[in-house]
Amino acid sequence: MSHTTVQVQNVSLSFGGVKALTDVSITVSSDEIFAIIGPNGAGKTALLNCISGFYRPQVGEVYLYGKKITGLRPDRIARLGIARTFQNIGLYTGLSTLDNIMAARHVFMKQNFLTSALYFGWSRKEEIAHRKTVEEIIDFLEMQSIRKQIVGTLPYGLRKRVELGRALALEPKVLLLDEPMAGMTLEEKEDIARFILDVFEGQGDTYPDSPVLRDGVRSIVMIEHDMGVVMDLADRIAVLNFGRKIAEGTPAQIQSDPDVIKAYLGEPGQPG
Amino acid sequence: MRHFSSSFAHSYGQDMALLRTRTQWLLLVVFLAFIFTVPRWASNSFLTLATVIGITIVSAQGLNILTGNCGLVSMGHSAFMMVGGYAMAILTSQLGLPFVLAVPVAGLVAGVVGTIFGLPSLRIKGFYLIMATVAAYFIIHWLVLQFRQLTGGTEGMALPPADLFGWSIRSRENYFYVVIVTAIIATLVAKNILRTRIGRAFVAIRDNDLAAEAMGVNLFRYKLQAFFLGNIFAGVAGALSVQYYAFANVEQFPFFDSVWLLGMLIVGGMGSVSGVIYGVIAIKLLQQLAVKIGPSLAEIVNPQAAVGLSLILPSIAIILFLIFAPRGISHLWERVRNYYQLWPY
Repeated sequence: MSHTTVQVQNVSLSFGGVKALTDVSITVSSDEIFAIIGPNGAGKTALLNCISGFYRPQVGEVYLYGKKITGLRPDRIARLGIARTFQNIGLYTGLSTLDNIMAARHVFMKQNFLTSALYFGWSRKEEIAHRKTVEEIIDFLEMQSIRKQIVGTLPYGLRKRVELGRALALEPKVLLLDEPMAGMTLEEKEDIARFILDVFEGQGDTYPDSPVLRDGVRSIVMIEHDMGVVMDLADRIAVLNFGRKIAEGTPAQIQSDPDVIKAYLGEPGQPG
Repeated sequence: MRHFSSSFAHSYGQDMALLRTRTQWLLLVVFLAFIFTVPRWASNSFLTLATVIGITIVSAQGLNILTGNCGLVSMGHSAFMMVGGYAMAILTSQLGLPFVLAVPVAGLVAGVVGTIFGLPSLRIKGFYLIMATVAAYFIIHWLVLQFRQLTGGTEGMALPPADLFGWSIRSRENYFYVVIVTAIIATLVAKNILRTRIGRAFVAIRDNDLAAEAMGVNLFRYKLQAFFLGNIFAGVAGALSVQYYAFANVEQFPFFDSVWLLGMLIVGGMGSVSGVIYGVIAIKLLQQLAVKIGPSLAEIVNPQAAVGLSLILPSIAIILFLIFAPRGISHLWERVRNYYQLWPY
């Protein structure tokens, strides 16, 4: 049975006189890959930022499993089970791949000043326990060879992959991906598409120490410009244009929607 | 980190260990043996230098947590040493606390005061935060002079001689051991904090505060924790310093020391725990060198200008490091190590 995971209700957001979002509502259910598309500046990332708590909409509410999360700090929302990646990669460039992902285990770890300072005993045990989970994520995303490399030295495609791994380490119920394939080669895109589908479905007992890899995430909300990818991966699509939602539906519905065609290609008969 | 195939880890615990090869253990033992025999052969001035280096390492480990890892540049570090120093003086001379209790309490006092002055860090970043910490130095400096009944004002405060569980630590030699053991503990504690949950959260804030927040790090709490932790080290160092001279005075903690501490981090390698040790030793030795060769240069240069030499020499070193080795001695050492581990390839 499917439930509603993330619900955005009549959200409006403006910066001074600029209206980023006007009365946007989306409802994402569990077991669904939900794509948000639209031309540049349509408000896709702003909508994602409203969900993850970076922006606080002036009007409207955001719910997670029926609970209101509008106005909560991003770190609180992350703890409630929403993890995200960033459009222009938000990694900790001075840390290794391993430590970037370990850093996301932060919310599940209980070390404090004293246990950390002593390290030996309790703290070390906890490090090892979480290292096991992180190693499963590294294994899943095929990053063993870059485990100890500083991410600032990694090529773009791999950085995106590390960022996905870091989001998974939060064991999210809902995964927000902001252009996970932007700027990638076809092969890299295929890899990421495969990872997204595998994460979504869950891998069962192949990865016993990582609940998210074992059971999969409930919903994925994805912004993506590559229409081929969107049409293949998404169960439902919402289209934004100038801060308004102009269409929502299955890929087939969206492809034949006259408003969407107009937004992407312009009015028929008008030059330019 | 690269290792020989013979040192492959067979467990995560092994992989996380600080010392993994026999060579590393051997080097550590040799290094410790060298340090602990210093009082046996060193001259008085060298022993003083070594003690000051030890105290500065304690302080710099704190700044490395705050600035090197959490990215909050503090120019008020010597003020928090001052807080620790005066706390120590008051605790021992007026409340009669024993040394072994007074030092950690002085550290905590500096930590709490540092946290209060860290409060603006949530709202302001970078350059503006630096200015706020400069202000913190002068506010604390002023407060110490203002409350003269408590601190003795410009005259300073004398401390009673200290004992450690009945063992007198009044002699330079014994005090050196106390300082060195504290410096080793401070270094270990800093390393352990930085390689676990809290330390990773600090670096997360330094490298990308937005992403850190999206990954569940409470920025406000962790920035304050960085100020608290970092300034505990400053307070302990200040306490050790005033006990060494058996006297607390504002002149002991000049503003310039905050600047030199940042310079030490740059030379050693920002963020690196071992780099702190290299940086402190390098800058302190350069300062000492300038003091030594200063008088002989007095015939060539204007004597007043010769005094400035002790500032110029380490300053040039910092500039050279910023240009040619911005990641400091610790990174240079890593490159050397990688080279010989791969040799002859």
